Amino acid sequence: MLIHSRAGAASAQQAKAALAADPRLKLVERAIKKFDARGDALLEVLSTAQEAFGYLSQDLMRYISLALHVPLARVFGVATFYHLFTFKPAGEHTCIVCLGTACYVKGAADIVSTLEGAYRVKAGQTTADGKLSLLVARCLGSCGLAPVAVMDGGVVGKETPGDAIGRVATLIGAIPEAQR
Amino acid sequence: MKPEELPILADKEKALQASKTCRLLYCSSTACVASGSGAVKDGLTRALKDNPAGKAAALAQTGCMGLCSHGPMVRVEHADRPSTLYEYVNGEAAARIVADELAGQAPAAIAPESAGRVLPQDIPFFTRQTKVVLARAGVIDPERIEDYIAHDGYTALTRALGMTPEQVCDEIQRSGLRGRGGAGYPTGLKWQHVRSAAGDKKYVVANGDEGDPGAYMDRTLMEADPHSVLEGMIIAAYAVGAQQGFFYVRAEYPLAVKRLERAIRMATRQGLLGKNILGSEFSFEVDIRIGAGAFVCGEETALMASIEGQRGLPRMRPPYPAQSGLWGCPTLINNVETFGTITAIVNKGADWFHGIGTEKSKGTKIFALTGKLNNTGLIEVPMGITLREIVYDIGGGVAAGRSFKAAQTGGPSGGCIPAEHLDTPVDYESLKALGSIMGSGGLVVMDDTSSMPAVAKFFMEFCVDESCGKCVPCRVGTAQIQGILQKVVDGKAVQADIDRLERLCVTVQRTSLCGLGQSAPNPVISTLRYFRDEYEQMLGAAASARAEVSA
Repeated sequence: MLIHSRAGAASAQQAKAALAADPRLKLVERAIKKFDARGDALLEVLSTAQEAFGYLSQDLMRYISLALHVPLARVFGVATFYHLFTFKPAGEHTCIVCLGTACYVKGAADIVSTLEGAYRVKAGQTTADGKLSLLVARCLGSCGLAPVAVMDGGVVGKETPGDAIGRVATLIGAIPEAQR
Repeated sequence: MKPEELPILADKEKALQASKTCRLLYCSSTACVASGSGAVKDGLTRALKDNPAGKAAALAQTGCMGLCSHGPMVRVEHADRPSTLYEYVNGEAAARIVADELAGQAPAAIAPESAGRVLPQDIPFFTRQTKVVLARAGVIDPERIEDYIAHDGYTALTRALGMTPEQVCDEIQRSGLRGRGGAGYPTGLKWQHVRSAAGDKKYVVANGDEGDPGAYMDRTLMEADPHSVLEGMIIAAYAVGAQQGFFYVRAEYPLAVKRLERAIRMATRQGLLGKNILGSEFSFEVDIRIGAGAFVCGEETALMASIEGQRGLPRMRPPYPAQSGLWGCPTLINNVETFGTITAIVNKGADWFHGIGTEKSKGTKIFALTGKLNNTGLIEVPMGITLREIVYDIGGGVAAGRSFKAAQTGGPSGGCIPAEHLDTPVDYESLKALGSIMGSGGLVVMDDTSSMPAVAKFFMEFCVDESCGKCVPCRVGTAQIQGILQKVVDGKAVQADIDRLERLCVTVQRTSLCGLGQSAPNPVISTLRYFRDEYEQMLGAAASARAEVSA
């Protein structure tokens, strides 16, 4: 396994050094310990890392590869396979619009295109100023309230494009950074 | 805990609940939380605190009450009279409800459109349903094991432990229960396979990776009655001889995960899970694994790869999981709803369950009824009910005065059923004959504003995104189908494209590795079957447009 070659070990050391000062690493370490550093806990550890850091950096993946004794190629392979994991920092605020069947039938695509136009951002991306990530989801399981969106973690139902624009404006404008 | 302690605990909880003048229950499932049930909870709490009679009343959260589009919902139960259900409740209405209920008076007459009005419980939405699996949903507090035990909880486990494992498998087989994840494989037979498979170490997995867009039955069940799913799983483990179980739940369902975690903790504390369950020789542990967003992981072999920490890629079957599953050991995989059905069968008997439904499809099925209907929400109906009854009686008909066009079942693996087949009984075989599938239970109603080629394209985009890429027919075929559908929607397709589309669909269906690819063309095939004219009109539009340009 490449990771155990000298070059691999060196870069893993660098990875750990780069992260050492970060308090969020504690959460990842705890997850690794909880599963006795077993390789089959890779998904759980990656999920914890994603939640703690908001995305998976290369250093973080190298660190996890070393800690679980799993080849880096597999860590990267697994991480890129699942939709939950991201590799770039997310925007300050996120708006997720559900594009499940029920939401689609009730016009969720219009909400997405309206937001895309208003904030000059493509679905799945973050605005240039890093303020807003506009994401789409395949069914959030709140179909009875379609169309549904999630604004910074809060689920809102029966949305219209107008509602969504208003909410995102409040999200970006009115919430001071200090409170987050 | 010993089996004889269970009824004592149940009686204690029942006495506690009976000692209250009334019980105020508010729905805390995801849909009602999104509609504002947090404010309702605060409003109820404050009003109870301010009212001198408040101490004698009880306040509790429940899971889904069913009619999600009318949420947040509150139900008030009395010992001496029928309960009252309130819809569209908000914080202010909550205060008024408390005042009325504690004064013992009938709900004040309020304007028909206002928040917190009374919702009659004799409307067809409720009366046409048969609640077996959802019997406790919206009735008990999902976070209190005592409430579950007071509602016959864990009595099925006690009964099962008094039977031999073979007898339990036989009972399930005689009931005629079929897998609720969509494929409809006989559950009892699957259990027998795992039970008779060689190997000391065996696993049980609950598939809660509910990926079909438009479906939320499993989510609601896990949120509203987590112990019933857990109890069904423990019984299954006893029947097949497993020592370890896993719940595999989507990351998109944090509340379901939280409630399952709590249920596992509480059950372990009571000796209903872990070593020597209820004082017997049988021991069983359960862990939760959280999915990371991959639709293909609902396929059983992909799901197992995911639990092992790998990419969720499916593999060829056989060997089936019953022979070689998790880490090569015999593994039983059932859908969450299947496990949720077990306790009722064990408690009431196989014959009782066998008496509900049609010849080949027994029992009840939960549907997530969504789309362009007046009533959207979660329903449970006996197998064999007609689509018409679901759409018009329970669903209250198509919203905004539009007309019914199609009902989509089975999500991206299913098909669209047109108006002329509304009188078809809902069971596994009839839906298959119509070119759709029962699926896991998503039922999305479309009105005459929906364009069917666009709907087909929507599902195909989903399959392109979610194809794992392992086999060529699915990876390449779905993308090609999507390309042709895009041409159709753009009005650039010709008749030859439609012919190619049909051939391609058959190829992908026949040659894909797993269920995802094999069923991916279904939405296209079924819309072509019933709405071919829409496809052809789009060709016509392009042709005439070109003719105009050249003229």
